Amino acid sequence: MEPDYNTLQEFVTHTKGVAYLLIAVALVALPVFWRFLTDRDDKKRTF
Amino acid sequence: MAHPTCQTKPVVFTPFNIICGIILLIGGVITILRFTKGIGAVTNLDDNNPWGIWIGFDLLCGVALAAGGYVTCATCYIFGLKKFRCAVRPAILTAFLGYALVVLALHYDVGRPWRLPYPIFFSQGTSSILFEVALCVFLYLTVLFLEFSPAAFEWLNWKRARYVIGKISLVLVIFGIILSTLHQSSLGALFLIVPSKLHPLWHSGYLAVYFFISSIFAGMSIVIFEHLVVDRFLHDKIDEEHDIESRNVALGFGKTASFLMAGYLMIQVIGIAIDNDWKYLGTRWGLWYLIEMIGFVGLPAVVYAIGVRERNLKLVQWTSFWTILGIILNRLNISLVAFNWQLPLGQKYFPSWMEVMTTVFIITIGVVFFKVIATRMPILHAHPDYPDDH
Amino acid sequence: MGITRRQFFGWMGAAIGSQVSLHKDANAASNKHFTGYPGSMGVLHDISQCIGCRKCETACNKVNSLLPPERPFDDLSVMDQKRRPHANTYTIVNRFDQPDRQLPVFVKKQCNHCKEPACVSACFVKALKKSKTGAVVYDDSLCVGCRYCMIACPFDIPAYEYDNPFTPEVTKCTLCQPRILNGQLPGCVEICPKEALTFGTRDELIQIARQRIKNYPDRYVNHIYGEHEMGGCNWLYISNTPFADLGMREDLGITPAPQLTSGALAAVPVVVSLWVVFITGIHAISKRKEQMAADEKQADVGRVLKSEQARLTETVAKLKEKAKEEKEAAVKREVKKALDEAAKQARKTVSDPKALKTPSETPHTENQESE
Ligand code: SF4
Ligand code: SF4
Ligand code: SF4
Repeated sequence: MEPDYNTLQEFVTHTKGVAYLLIAVALVALPVFWRFLTDRDDKKRTF
Repeated sequence: MAHPTCQTKPVVFTPFNIICGIILLIGGVITILRFTKGIGAVTNLDDNNPWGIWIGFDLLCGVALAAGGYVTCATCYIFGLKKFRCAVRPAILTAFLGYALVVLALHYDVGRPWRLPYPIFFSQGTSSILFEVALCVFLYLTVLFLEFSPAAFEWLNWKRARYVIGKISLVLVIFGIILSTLHQSSLGALFLIVPSKLHPLWHSGYLAVYFFISSIFAGMSIVIFEHLVVDRFLHDKIDEEHDIESRNVALGFGKTASFLMAGYLMIQVIGIAIDNDWKYLGTRWGLWYLIEMIGFVGLPAVVYAIGVRERNLKLVQWTSFWTILGIILNRLNISLVAFNWQLPLGQKYFPSWMEVMTTVFIITIGVVFFKVIATRMPILHAHPDYPDDH
Repeated sequence: MGITRRQFFGWMGAAIGSQVSLHKDANAASNKHFTGYPGSMGVLHDISQCIGCRKCETACNKVNSLLPPERPFDDLSVMDQKRRPHANTYTIVNRFDQPDRQLPVFVKKQCNHCKEPACVSACFVKALKKSKTGAVVYDDSLCVGCRYCMIACPFDIPAYEYDNPFTPEVTKCTLCQPRILNGQLPGCVEICPKEALTFGTRDELIQIARQRIKNYPDRYVNHIYGEHEMGGCNWLYISNTPFADLGMREDLGITPAPQLTSGALAAVPVVVSLWVVFITGIHAISKRKEQMAADEKQADVGRVLKSEQARLTETVAKLKEKAKEEKEAAVKREVKKALDEAAKQARKTVSDPKALKTPSETPHTENQESE
């Protein structure tokens, strides 16, 4: 069945659920990108 | 339900141990009552006042006062102020114990404590602020446990584990700061949903920001105050470096806290202006609000400033205690005093002696654990093998 | 652990899946205007018709198989006190004496089955749900007992079984959901001897309420309580007395509860993402500063050392030079002196042979000489 939002409550529950998953994505992706960004820096560690 | 015996040392009947023993005994009896006869048997909670001091004090104040952990970590490892390093371990231990006790207190307060993992693993009510609080507290307790573990590993002499934890320490610190930001502020956001029940002077769209900012200076104050206490009672465990640096820590944190409090006061005023709540300032509630804001935020901020300017350590330390009282007052005002402000006085909540005793019992467990751990593990002094514990 | 983890991933999958399958509905939802479940039911309570017989309380007790009350339902003196729903009572009728009128006014109180319920928004395990029928229903198999729903409800409805140690539940009116699904009327509506309670779809009820107010403008207050309060309720009220005099708050506003917290919730992922960026950045900056400070220090030390050394050598050289000059000068002077002396001596020896014996007398001699 297609989710069809009749109430704000349903909408919020769904969108915030997705937001929590995006948090997990952010927590993995951003540090990985930081590694990519800095791993050619000279030997002294910055991370 | 844990019933930790006081230390088993040759002298068992020290005054400290006797008092602890009595409190733990009474607490044990109340615990049995609570879990066999129900919440109603030990508390004054009712249908109009579903949250009492187990939430207002144990949860809200407990979490705010455990903020020392992330504040100190951030100062030392993120902002790179290395002179705060000696404050890190005591702060993390306090935070870890603090959160563990918050979770313990929640077992008393919620109706079916064995279901506490439900929101995380079983049925996620993502529209609820409380869901976020639960998720963050759960994750942060884990992080704090890991952050605390190096001290335990050094004590146990588990070199390998100590090495592995040392490798991820920075990730833990960052994760801990994020989680703290979130749930410290969310505890305030819990009350966003009750504009009709919480007095307008305390209810504001900025509640989350208020809670976050006040948690920072609460955390700093608790670090300062903790050293005063530890210095008095566990002086022989403190090594020289910790002793000297703690003075710098107190002055540094005192200065920061003072300025933060000034900013906090400012955004409180802005909050009133945004909601146009000026008219309430002239009422009895307004007086109470002003007492909280001026007497327990404004004045301590000024006294902090004086103490820092004059390099007066004692003054800074006692101001930290004053600030802590202010934080407790604020959290209790929001959750209990100014909550249900329109209820007739006769229907307002006042804690039963058993609720108070349970809280004392839980704090006592914390103090005992702190003492047991701090006298054994390298908390207040560096471990000889790891003088530079980074 | 196995189960819980599986469930967690199941939930993740479901959330992603539903997001992906959303496509064509995404636009419909994005204007963020929600009108509630079409055809959802409710009750209209006409306060002006209520005679305070407490028959609805009796029926509610029966259809929900609740425990018998302490004082019987035909004892109307219980209404001397203002009451609210409790663990064993889903609904109550309150009496409000009117100073300027002979007859008191009675108001039935129970869950209002809000369109956007605060209690549902607050529940962190989805134990409370707004169902399509309009009823807000409770699932005790999920409830943890945090009582945040009770905190959140603006109408002070949910109650808790505080004295139940092992299976305490939140209790509140169910809109007789089981009966509705069976095609029956809610217990209280069915038994009401007057026209005080009307069951129907919310849209119909609003029409009826409007019609009554229109037909009897002198009798009714021109306000349908529950039409907009807190985003609207499925239980509606019309009254011959201002609602504020009947213990019904008119200052609740029209913001639906989920709206009150959705801003704070929306900030969460943003804070996480930006904090990762900021904290990593600040850490990198302070690391870098540390490194720079260390480098600088080293460089400084080197520079200072070098210049010190240079100055030292220079000074030494100068000193040497000076010493040499002085020495040379002294030598020269001495030599000259010696030569002069010798010359004088030679002259003196010629005139006075005594002078040779005492060189200390030389100045004298010199003086003499200069004369
Ligand atoms: S009246 Fe209270 S309990 Fe009933 S649906 Fe609304 S918020 Fe929930
Ligand atoms: S008490 Fe139960 S129903 Fe109410 S919010 Fe908590 S978990 Fe949900
Ligand atoms: S709808 Fe049902 S549960 Fe609700 S008050 Fe009426 S009889 Fe009671």
